[in-house]
Amino acid sequence: MTGRMVNISKRWGFHGVEALKQAGPLYKLAMGMLAVMALAGAVVGIHGFFVGYHHVYGVTKQIPWGLLISTYIFCVVTSTGLCIISSIGHVFGGEAFMPIAKRAVYMSIMFMLGGFCIIFFDIENPFRMAIWNVISPNFSSNMWWMGTLYGAYLVFMIIEYYFLLEQNHALSRLMGFFGLVVGIAAHSNLGGIFGMLHGRPFWYGPYLPIYFIFSAAMSGGCAILFFTTLGWRFNPEIMNQRMERAVKAVTQVTIFLISVIIFFTIWKIVTGMVSEGKHLIIMSFLTGDYAINFWVFEIFLGMVLPLYLLIRSRGNNFNLILTATGLMMVGIFFMRYDIVIPGQMESVFHSLGVVEEAELLKYTPSFHEIMVSLFGLAFIGFVYLAGEKMLNGHQLEKHEIVPEGGYICPGCGAIHFMEEGETEEEAMKRHHRIW
Amino acid sequence: MKFPKINLDSLKNEGTESVTNHERRKFMKLGLAITGVYAGGKILSLSSSIGTAHASGGTEIVKKYPYNPHYSMVIRQSLCIDCEKCVEACNKTNHVPDYGYRTRILTKKYSGTLDKQVEFIPVLCNHCNDAPCVRACPTVATFKDPITGIVRMDSKRCIGCKTCMLACPYDARYFSFERHAVDKCDFCWEERLSKGEKLTACSASCPTGARTFGNLTDPENIVFKLVHQLEEQVWVLRPADDTKPNIFYMKGNMLSVDNILKEQKFKYYDPNKV
Repeated sequence: MTGRMVNISKRWGFHGVEALKQAGPLYKLAMGMLAVMALAGAVVGIHGFFVGYHHVYGVTKQIPWGLLISTYIFCVVTSTGLCIISSIGHVFGGEAFMPIAKRAVYMSIMFMLGGFCIIFFDIENPFRMAIWNVISPNFSSNMWWMGTLYGAYLVFMIIEYYFLLEQNHALSRLMGFFGLVVGIAAHSNLGGIFGMLHGRPFWYGPYLPIYFIFSAAMSGGCAILFFTTLGWRFNPEIMNQRMERAVKAVTQVTIFLISVIIFFTIWKIVTGMVSEGKHLIIMSFLTGDYAINFWVFEIFLGMVLPLYLLIRSRGNNFNLILTATGLMMVGIFFMRYDIVIPGQMESVFHSLGVVEEAELLKYTPSFHEIMVSLFGLAFIGFVYLAGEKMLNGHQLEKHEIVPEGGYICPGCGAIHFMEEGETEEEAMKRHHRIW
Repeated sequence: MKFPKINLDSLKNEGTESVTNHERRKFMKLGLAITGVYAGGKILSLSSSIGTAHASGGTEIVKKYPYNPHYSMVIRQSLCIDCEKCVEACNKTNHVPDYGYRTRILTKKYSGTLDKQVEFIPVLCNHCNDAPCVRACPTVATFKDPITGIVRMDSKRCIGCKTCMLACPYDARYFSFERHAVDKCDFCWEERLSKGEKLTACSASCPTGARTFGNLTDPENIVFKLVHQLEEQVWVLRPADDTKPNIFYMKGNMLSVDNILKEQKFKYYDPNKV
């Protein structure tokens, strides 16, 4: 395959900076604003780094994890989810899912990098981490596994993306498989960090690692739909029959996964109501400080409305899908916030009945924390917009003339060559290593 | 102040025949089970993974502790008057900044009680044998000292992820910006014990003796004596977390405690009568 196409831009669909220059003024304006936001966020973050985070962040001794951790989790959950959903196609051979692979893997890498941007400004000594994580590992620490596995995950995803560009499906599939396994291990370890804190009954238990995986898959489906339909608004050419079929398939999976998460949430609330350690926090979701977060953002915008809209869209009304998943992204952001912050608001000494810890603890994100979160999110938005143009909407090169003996694969859209006596289906299976 | 009147003389002696074996054993265990001292067949639950001590019947005292000296603190809660001298001494000795603390005193208020309306509960790092913070730390920046069992910090390894602060069920950690690391009680290891002192700053400065510090493996030590008795209830905070803490609590102003410290065996033992 590589021998047939020499030009890298043709082979990878790489359109370079030229494509950016040809973008419309609004597109450029959006990119400019995202770039300014990301830069401003980075500058504010660096300012915080030098004056000391304790002066500028809203986190306290008793609520040490704030908005930055929840935004980091939002990013890595989405990244893992993109990997999970896209793997249905290019790892497990679900033909309908194949066309989304390139955009999904690209965004998965970018979400991971965005998450790392944010966590850099949350960890107090990020430079020590690079040294001591390697020379002094604690194998019983979920934090160590999470960090290390996510590092490996990023490497696998980058290699996988390279092979996807190269259209080397055998190796991209292998790397995708490793990426998926490592990603799920890393992500469930992230849930495990929370699930293994004995002193925090709201988090403790096997619920969170399991919930995180399903929730990631839901976020991934949502993100693929959002970024694909948004890309379609910028460049309607990206939608072809294969992509339409893929969007429909992802919509169906996402509908299923939203239902799963609704089920999870119902049982979290119901069991929490009868648990001594969780009751206060659950009540603050239902009627207290977090009621708006929970009912409006998490339940309505994050699950119920998108579920209705996605069903209404029938998987082919792209505007409706875009609206539904856009709202859902906002809802999911609050979902992550509602895991991290409320879990800390009941002091460990609350149950002792002492005067000092009678009240639930409060946390409000500070300006610096909001800006640093914006740094990561704006970075993701910027590279998404840049990617849509520079990578030509993540399409494969146009095949105006199909060479003899070849045909356009209905799955990946690339040209497959049939060997003698082979049918198209057999050639597709051989090409994608499907047995 | 009114006390309920119980005429003990007129009560009929039920005798010991009516108490079943099972019930008596349950009663014996009760104190220990509540205190976390008796946990899952291992007396004192201090034996951790080294676990050489196994209980039979639930009334034997552990013979071997995982550390030596096994530093421990018994807080006699009723003696605490909230003078905060311990907090002051701790802050001064260990250079604790005003935004953090290594120890503090909690206040618990009661209404409708006859004797007192307020109780003070000093809290600090429990130097747990199964310390959740040690498990959670990604870089072994916090560790159990293999000799003394003190949960210590190696500041230069701390990356500041703050997982240990959330892992701690006793809220005993804070991030110190001066040290660029999480800081916590180390039983004054750096400032006092390693320099030959016998007591922590807080227990040395306590005017009422509410904080008693010592070596749990030494039968002559006050901590050993206060823990190894059945007469007065000893408990730990948050026993359900099963961290096997080394800070024990008891009420501590009772006659029986004095008797224990005077090496008398029974609550109503009177040497003059012998």
